[in-house]
This record gives sequence, C-alpha cells and structure tokens, in this order.
Amino acid sequence: MDFDNSKPIYLQIVEFFYENILIKDWQEGGRIPSVREVAMMVEVNPNTAIRAFNYLQDLEVIYNKRGIGYFVAEDGYSKVLEIKRKEFLEQSLPDVFKKMDLLNISFTELKNAYNEQKNEKK
Amino acid sequence: MLHIRDLYFNYPNQVSVLKSIDLNLDTGNIYGLFGKNGEGKTTLIKVITGLLYPKSGECRFDNIPTSQRYPSVLQEVFLVPEDFELPAVSVNTFATMNSKFYPNFSQEHFDSLLKEFNINPLKTIPTLSFGQKKKVLIAFGIAVNTSLLLMDEPTNGLDIPSKSQFRKVMAASVDKGQCIVISTHQVRDLHSLINHVIILDDARVVLNQSLQRISEVLWFGRASGQDKNEIVHSEGAFGGKTIVKRGEKDESEMDLELLFNGVLQERQTINQLLEHA
Repeated sequence: MDFDNSKPIYLQIVEFFYENILIKDWQEGGRIPSVREVAMMVEVNPNTAIRAFNYLQDLEVIYNKRGIGYFVAEDGYSKVLEIKRKEFLEQSLPDVFKKMDLLNISFTELKNAYNEQKNEKK
Repeated sequence: MLHIRDLYFNYPNQVSVLKSIDLNLDTGNIYGLFGKNGEGKTTLIKVITGLLYPKSGECRFDNIPTSQRYPSVLQEVFLVPEDFELPAVSVNTFATMNSKFYPNFSQEHFDSLLKEFNINPLKTIPTLSFGQKKKVLIAFGIAVNTSLLLMDEPTNGLDIPSKSQFRKVMAASVDKGQCIVISTHQVRDLHSLINHVIILDDARVVLNQSLQRISEVLWFGRASGQDKNEIVHSEGAFGGKTIVKRGEKDESEMDLELLFNGVLQERQTINQLLEHA
C-alpha cells in the first residue's frame, strides 16, 4: 500500500487553488494573486509556486494575460469540479470500499450513516 | 555567477576543513547549505565572501577572485552571519552608514521589512534583543539587494511567528537576478524555501542537486512490500521512513532530514542514481 501523505508542495498549492475556486472565492474570469503573492502566502520558493501555476495552466483552469496577471478560466469552476469529482470517484472511493471490506461494513450501514449525517445537518 | 574550483582550506596547523570543493552558484536560486557541526559550512561562506583566503584552488565572482575584495564584487555580496556585533547607534543610522556601500539599497524596502518584523527604526541597536538585532540584519541584507546574499543560520534566535515572517519575506524577495545561500541546521524552518541542496561532509561536497532532480529520481515515504529491492535508505520504526527509487511512482515531497541522513550513509548510491537514472 502506498501512503501518500507526502504530496509535493506544488500539488498542495494546486489544491489550495482548487478550494478557492470551488468555494467561489476566486470567480470565473476573475484575477488571482500573482506568483510572488502566492509564494508569500504559502511561504515557498517562487519556483515552486510557478510549478503550480504552470500545472493549472496546462489543465486550462487558469490562464495568463501577458503583462497583466493570471485569471480563472471562464469555465474554471466546472473544470475543477470535474477534476475533483474524478479524483473522488477514482481515488478516494476505492479506498473507502477497501476499508469497508476489511472492516466488514455493509452498504446498508454506510447508507444509514450517510442519511443520519444528512438529517443532523438539517 | 559564483564559481568555486578545486578549493582547499585549512586553519593554521590544522587539517583541511574544505577539500577539493567544486561549486557553481547561479541567480534565481535559493541554495540550502547543510552539514553536521564543524563540517565547514561557515568556513565555506567566509571563503566565498572573501573573509578567508583559499589555500589553493579558486573562488570567483563574475570571474574575479573574491579574495581580492574588489569593491565592485563586495557591493554585490552580502553576508548575514550567525554571530555578529552591531554598533551602538539607531537602526536608521546603521542603515544610513552601511547602505553607502551598496548602490542597489532601497530605503523603502528596508522600512517595509522593519515594519513587517515589528521593529522601530528609531531604537538604538543595543536596546534590542538578539532576535530583533538579527531581524535588523536580515532586513538590511534583503534591502541592499546584492546579487549574492548569504545567510548563516538566519532563523537561529527568531521566535516562532518570526520564522514564518522570515519565510514570507524571503519568498517575496528573491527575484530572478538574485542568488541566495542559506546555511542551516533548522531543516524544517526552511525546507519549503530552497530549491537546491548542497551537503557538506568530511570537508567535501557530498551532494549538490536541485530539488527537482531529486524528486524526479527518488521517492520519500513508507515503502511497501514490493519496494523492498528498491530501498536506498531507511530509518525509524513501523516500517519507517524510506528513500526508494521512484520508478513509476507519483512524485512525493522530499524529506530533507531523511535525505541528509541518507546521503551521509549511502552517498555513492544516491549520487549514482541522481546522475544516471
């Protein structure tokens, strides 16, 4: 089993971007902080921050207007949503299933727990 | 920018503390200089800045030996030493006196850094605590904007919030035209800042690599059963932390402490992997 609790810093910055976009702190088409500002915010080498920017640019989540700065793509929110959904279905869920098997938790039990939490929230 | 070739150094009547050092330092990087106590980190920094002269070999800044202490070189080099004594004047006077030697000094930047560090520039230096004095020197070192900035244990003496401030300030201060060298034992304080590692051991450079190359080739974490043959270095309990050949694995975050210990024990294996894999 691979324990991946040691994600590279640039991917952790990517996650930070995703979160801001998903909670709509960063609006589609809106300007986002510069490389230097992000490097300062998360206290990393600017080269590391650039890696995160490039990564997100390749995925077309953000884009660069030369001389002006970086912006969230017009369909940035749905792009991120798609990426995170895929990640959940392909990575997080299989782990949950594996654990359910190991601990002998049935699907009904899971469903009950899910409904219970939903009700509590209401 | 800085080139060191086959450099040797020893203090009078003692064995060499630096042997056969070859290093190139370039702009746009923050180098982390690591080594056990007494392995020559501070000596190397002193040779680079021209405070000590090499016994043989050379250390050149833009092709001029730093030992000649030319003003044109000295105005482009600043050292924040670990131990220092500052004159009994106000912070502002200190800056006015010393900034004359550094044509790229920015008063504005210095003021904003002092503000960030919460230091009153009108105070006289002897009334400040050690940590505050250190912050004055760090702020000054950044504000002089030399192309080479060396810091020896910069986070020693800084309190917990200041360490984070220091990282912020450093992250914002490096620009492409600057080369920064930070020597430290406080691996955890600075790990996210550096992008190149230099390790000194036994008076020699035993590792000199970019972080990017290291994470391309090596994987840090808990090894699984099938990794057994790929383990380069391991330590600790519960299956422990290991360095493994990365192969097809996803990139992991580098564990500097683990790398440091790994390099001291498995120097050849690790360097071979980094150079050839």
